[in-house]
Amino acid sequence: MNLSETNPLFRRRRRLNAVMMTVSTGALLFGLFWLLWILGVLLYEGANALRPSLFMEMTPPPGSDGGLANAIFGSVMMAGAGTLIGTPIGILAGTYLAEYGQRGWLAPATRFINDVLLSAPSIVIGLFVYSFYVAQVRHFSGWAGAIALAIIVIPVVVRTTDDMLKLVPNSLREAAAALGAPAWKVVTMVCYRAARAGIVTGVLLAIARVAGETAPLLFTALNNQFWSSDMNKPMANLPVVIFQFAMSPYEDWHRLAWGGATLITLLVLGINIAARSLFSRK
Amino acid sequence: MSFALDNRGLPIAGAPAVDVANNQRPPMLRNNALMDAIFKNLTRFFAFLVFSLLAAILVSLVIGSSASLQKYGFHFLFNDKWDPVQEDFGALVPIYGTLVTSGIALGIAIPVSFGISLFLTELSPAWLRRPLGTAIEMLAAVPSIIYGMWGLFVFAPLFQQYAQPLILKTLGNIPLVKELFSGPPMGIGMLTAGIILAVMVIPFITAVMRDVFELVPPMLKESAYGLGSTTWEVVWRVVLPYTKVGVIGGIMLGLGRALGETMAVTFVIGNAHQLSASLFAPGNSIASALANEFTEAVGDLYTSALIELGLILFVITTIVLALSKLLLMQLAKGEGERT
Repeated sequence: MNLSETNPLFRRRRRLNAVMMTVSTGALLFGLFWLLWILGVLLYEGANALRPSLFMEMTPPPGSDGGLANAIFGSVMMAGAGTLIGTPIGILAGTYLAEYGQRGWLAPATRFINDVLLSAPSIVIGLFVYSFYVAQVRHFSGWAGAIALAIIVIPVVVRTTDDMLKLVPNSLREAAAALGAPAWKVVTMVCYRAARAGIVTGVLLAIARVAGETAPLLFTALNNQFWSSDMNKPMANLPVVIFQFAMSPYEDWHRLAWGGATLITLLVLGINIAARSLFSRK
Repeated sequence: MSFALDNRGLPIAGAPAVDVANNQRPPMLRNNALMDAIFKNLTRFFAFLVFSLLAAILVSLVIGSSASLQKYGFHFLFNDKWDPVQEDFGALVPIYGTLVTSGIALGIAIPVSFGISLFLTELSPAWLRRPLGTAIEMLAAVPSIIYGMWGLFVFAPLFQQYAQPLILKTLGNIPLVKELFSGPPMGIGMLTAGIILAVMVIPFITAVMRDVFELVPPMLKESAYGLGSTTWEVVWRVVLPYTKVGVIGGIMLGLGRALGETMAVTFVIGNAHQLSASLFAPGNSIASALANEFTEAVGDLYTSALIELGLILFVITTIVLALSKLLLMQLAKGEGERT
């Protein structure tokens, strides 16, 4: 048998391996290429648009100067309200899955459905909120937007809470129970504290996710050209303004859209990286 | 009287006496039982809320689309008309656009994700694994509207100027394939939407593939290396067969994401309600039709038909995502049995 370098079979296998490893490296570079391209474009276009007036002035009519102050405010209000509604619901539901769900059908079924909801199309969630809320009260509103965002927050928080509580060692629970702590105190005073970094990470990731969500806001919060802090009225928000401005034919609207896009992306990537480093430090 | 009490409020034999009147233990202990019940049922209530959310979405969409469901029935799925003036609606064009763009996306994203996972699990030096992995995950964090804007203003013009003429010159001359790449290069269209979707689902498929590749017992891989396999042979003949189910689960997850993606597609698909074999042609997907037309829809039947589109999308993605989850659960279960 010829085991030397000249064996054609041996050489063919080596060659195939080399080709495939090169292709694999190429695939990674391909992935990184898009990320860098998008970030590069955003930084380049955003540098022209990120000015103090972006934060100070209202969305303008076409052809005049302005900023995105009302949209930024609306986004903060709705993402904030959505997170405040969604987080407690998500944490409590996740607690049931991890702490009380060992027996019975509810926990495994909920876990399954939650994973489906996690990737459900966000536009359908907008439709859902439209049909059960907007269509009933007959007007678009900031609250409807906040509810839609809350429904997107919930599965993210449920999933991380569930996963993180399951990482808490059982000996901690047993130790607390042995000291006489009742179950609710074990969960709230021991398990939550042990899993805190993980749960906070989940909430941060949820905020990052809803900060850039556009589709569910199209039929719920709609948009508003003016400053409005009334959550019962249509509300301006960054993603929908970006959508509207980018689709318009006006140059200065495009510039503002780029400014908003850069702002959102930097915020979302920043939160993501912060959440990751928070969790890995633990 | 003063006793130490257990949590049913009974005195504990032999325990040192405690002044009950002063330190309030019995009511507190009784409260604990109550609090336990309240807390457990509260968490159960919210778990049930999450559980019923899927059904609630489904029911509300069925109710919202009832007018259209009754009027068009199953014909809705096969009708290629979309005429708000005549109130003649059919879902064929958006369904076709959704499936075609998702198909293109998967065709690109599957091999690329496989390559990336292979690199990150087998080739990458350990210190690069984390930063590179995070960078790929960041592709998933970029909001979809950013992909859309970038696609419309940056990618589509370049694609129109350089890539599409090239494709027309090469693939455009091959019989049969020619049909897929005909028509004027416009930059926007189904192919552009598919490519951008591919970039968006790559991180999701990669994440699952990486996770399942790491499930392969090191002993299996080491045995194959020991027999003289190359890295490629180990991955192709050992890792992939072992994780087949999980890899398919990851692909389904990517498909579920691609089907429902809205904003990026809305920007670049062209929003033309037409059925065309050419991938260069503008089209429409379910999600982009909703995003474009819903707030401007006049009349109950129009709105109802759009909600039915949403219902179709929701049913398809739910089935795809449920399958994905089942496959991944099967792999995890098999893992428990084998080790």
